[in-house]
Amino acid sequence: MSTPQDTSQDAPQDSPQDTAGSPDAFATGRETTEGTVYTVSGGDWGEVAEAAAKSDDEKIIVNMGPQHPSTHGVLRLILEIDGETVTEARCGIGYLHTGIEKNLEYRTWTQGTTFVTRMDYLTPFFNETAYCLAVEKLLGITDDVPDRASVIRVLLMELNRISSHLVAIATGGMELGATTVMIYGFRDREHVLDLFELITGLRMNHAFVRPGGLAQDLPPGTVDALREFIRKMDRNLPEYDKLCTGNPVFKARLEDIGYLDLAGCMALGATGPILRSTGLPHDLRKAQPYCGYEDYEFDVPTTDTCDSFGRFLIRVEEMRQSLRIIEQCVDRLEPGPVMVADKKIAWPAQLALGPDGLGNSLDHIRNIMGTSMEALIHHFKLVTEGFRVPPGQAYSAVESPKGELGVHVVSDGGTRPYRVHFRDPSFTNLQSMAAMCEGGMIADVIVAVASIDPVMGGVDR
Amino acid sequence: MSADKPAGAGDPAGEDKPKTAPDAPKADAPKTDAPKGDTPSAEGTKAQAHGEPGTQGAAEGALPAQREDLGEVIAVRRGMFGPRDGGDTSGYGGLVRTVRLPGGSSRPYGSYFDEVADELEGALEEQGLDPEAVIEKTVVDRDELTFHISREHLLAVCRTLRDDPALRFEYCTGVSGVHFPEDRGRELRAVYHLRSLTHNRIIRLEVSAPDADPHIPSVVEVYPTNDWHERETYDFFGIIFDGHPALTRIMMPDDWQGFPQRKDYPLGGIPVEYKGAQIPAPDQRRSYS
Repeated sequence: MSTPQDTSQDAPQDSPQDTAGSPDAFATGRETTEGTVYTVSGGDWGEVAEAAAKSDDEKIIVNMGPQHPSTHGVLRLILEIDGETVTEARCGIGYLHTGIEKNLEYRTWTQGTTFVTRMDYLTPFFNETAYCLAVEKLLGITDDVPDRASVIRVLLMELNRISSHLVAIATGGMELGATTVMIYGFRDREHVLDLFELITGLRMNHAFVRPGGLAQDLPPGTVDALREFIRKMDRNLPEYDKLCTGNPVFKARLEDIGYLDLAGCMALGATGPILRSTGLPHDLRKAQPYCGYEDYEFDVPTTDTCDSFGRFLIRVEEMRQSLRIIEQCVDRLEPGPVMVADKKIAWPAQLALGPDGLGNSLDHIRNIMGTSMEALIHHFKLVTEGFRVPPGQAYSAVESPKGELGVHVVSDGGTRPYRVHFRDPSFTNLQSMAAMCEGGMIADVIVAVASIDPVMGGVDR
Repeated sequence: MSADKPAGAGDPAGEDKPKTAPDAPKADAPKTDAPKGDTPSAEGTKAQAHGEPGTQGAAEGALPAQREDLGEVIAVRRGMFGPRDGGDTSGYGGLVRTVRLPGGSSRPYGSYFDEVADELEGALEEQGLDPEAVIEKTVVDRDELTFHISREHLLAVCRTLRDDPALRFEYCTGVSGVHFPEDRGRELRAVYHLRSLTHNRIIRLEVSAPDADPHIPSVVEVYPTNDWHERETYDFFGIIFDGHPALTRIMMPDDWQGFPQRKDYPLGGIPVEYKGAQIPAPDQRRSYS
């Protein structure tokens, strides 16, 4: 990249207005109490332009993003282009880094779900479930989690898979100029978000899955709403096929774009639809089942095209499979608790809607304030101090819509996590951007990045 | 289960022992299943073991692993609450809690762990490496196998794990850093999770480095996926991965000072006023040590 320093060092004599003759003058640093302060001076854009004109190659460095409508949030793509061809591509990330992992170390284990749900904001239930599975593993209560809680977790995750894939397809379509796909995608995602709102009270950032189970049971009317949703989606899903799958323009843009074969996926650690588009049916729900996934019937769709179109087809088919799982979840829902029986871990209160909004249920408040001093103490200790988790470390992984979402949790026996690390699939998959884009056209970069489906909330955390 | 710790907190001497005691019987509890773990078909028994209701989380695949030692002491905590400046008048100030991570295990490890360990040791011997020197410790805890690898041999171990047909851990899920400031000489840890799609297995490697010499060899040449992961761990912990193609900050700005995820790095934050009261920043609030 041509920087002012480069050119001015080449021809220092031609710049009489320079403040000093020595090259150091261009960026001197001095130590202050607030760190090193650099004084950048010298350089002249006229010289930069002149030097660029003199060099006869057409190579230009373009920064796409971090504010760009087609880069899925604050992703910065640094492209070296020669005419229309991308010769080198790199990612600049970190613009959405919020220090969630550090913050987790200052809250209780239960409060952790409130943070992790905000990581990849399109897949909140996967973040929560992966985190809670890891905490449960550390506590040794994996098998004590009630069946109903596991079924609802699966149900929510599969609904979430649909909403995440819909956004991937919708925004991917929008970036191609296919705004109808975008409108259809967000229309259907709205149905999923309505269900989330019904079940958890929130459309995003639910913090509904908790270590040991769930925050709440399903509210009345959920099963009917789910059946209605399944009917609606059965009608709506074929529309994506009608709109896109056979559409020659759509196919021409996606086919053979963003090529990454199995060896590339293995080396770069790519998982999810990217890996399955190479023909390998690797899915953690089948390979290392969690939450009772081994009891559900579903297929793992694959294609062998290794390209963006294959990933699109996989996403559409996975939504159908998710609907199948949701149907099975509805049939499996049996009355029962949704939290472990161990009162030393289970959150003491249930939520209820009062005159001043959602809060602790009146029955519980009556109990702790009027009848049982011990219950009050218990409530206070669990809510303010939290439960302790025996020292050690655990890794749990779930198959998020984007790939393997892994959580490495370390406990020192305290009431707060000692260290939580999220291996977010978006973060790892985004590394394959360079392999997919270099040598292609600029317009194909957008398609390739859309087929990776990175969410910067998850990448940067 | 362990949440009742505060109740027994009045007994400082006993605080240490019950910490490890509940762990020991738990590791021994599935001992009755030990013969199951010895059969090579442990992989196959996994599914049915999973379905048994009422079994403990550790029961999957039968885990008879026994502890060689009580565990590694990583810290000693004093008092009950956060403040260390003598402001604690609760009477809990004299509490001492030793934090121990699960200690090394002895064979049999159970599940597929023995097979992996045998293959790895065999493959290392073929290369003329002494497994005792390479693998410092093997820990089986909560159904997970961890090899503590000495850092100078990390690259050889990774290459062996990836390339040996009987091991074939072809897929690395990245590296996670951990900081134990009180564990002298082993303050910084890099933790790798390796997955074998061929054999459907997962293991963990742990490598440590002292704070004074925070160097760990980079595994990017074996697992290119660790490129960004190592940059992230460098960014947050200051572990220098020797041999990484371009070890620069990835999340924090390029000119950032310090390594934010280290335990001695403050969280920051400012007190907030709410209805006339000052709510302290999260790292200044009461904590339970």
